[in-house]
Amino acid sequence: MSDPTIGSMPLGNEQDIVMSRQQVRRLAQQLKFSLVDQTKMVTAASELSRNTVVYGGGGEMRWEVVSLGPRQGLRLAFADQGPGIPDLDLALTDGWTSGGGLGMGLSGSRRLVDEFDIRTAPGEGTCVTITRWK
Amino acid sequence: MDRIPILQLGRFLLVTIQVDLQDQTALTLQEDLASRIERTGARGVLIDISALEIVDSFIGRMLASISGIARVLDATTVVVGMQPAVAITLVELGLSLPGVRTALNMEHGMKLLENALAEELDQ
Repeated sequence: MSDPTIGSMPLGNEQDIVMSRQQVRRLAQQLKFSLVDQTKMVTAASELSRNTVVYGGGGEMRWEVVSLGPRQGLRLAFADQGPGIPDLDLALTDGWTSGGGLGMGLSGSRRLVDEFDIRTAPGEGTCVTITRWK
Repeated sequence: MDRIPILQLGRFLLVTIQVDLQDQTALTLQEDLASRIERTGARGVLIDISALEIVDSFIGRMLASISGIARVLDATTVVVGMQPAVAITLVELGLSLPGVRTALNMEHGMKLLENALAEELDQ
């Protein structure tokens, strides 16, 4: 059974972080990503889902199978209506953390994907979009 | 909530993580291990993560803090069985698990713990 190529799921609690990992794993397998590429995409999704739940106060993950000529890829968006990120450069620095984490979530997940886009403003939530091509 | 079982084998504690870890489950394991080390006087902790399909920064932090807590409680921790794809991803993510001893598999991990204990007894 294959998932539709576009969809979304809520990210409201810790259980949803686990569900998002499983969803991304299924999608990456359908796209026949290599095991390493699957692992990178699932790990990035785990980091960003947790950010959405813990810092964004919950939100959703949207997914889309995208193509560029013969290439297929997986695009994920993590959106919340939380407080936003006041200093983006700082938040993207290795080791910087606003919570109790290691500060590798945002900067680290950027290294695991091919494309990384972040839109945020204080009080207006955050949306992080990542894409990995096969 | 899932609770990860901790087995005792002589002076060592064994943990095999076989579920997709929720954050709270990871934190509970950390506390359970600390109290089991204290209660049993265990000198080594072996954590088998061969079934884990990812290690993200949260789980990485948990492994590092278990190692730290165990060290303060006079026990050595060794993490065994990391899948190659997980290792590649972890390093790219920026985590090298400083302070965490690792071994390829359960057998090597046990040997490492036994050697650490034997060296100490020699002194």
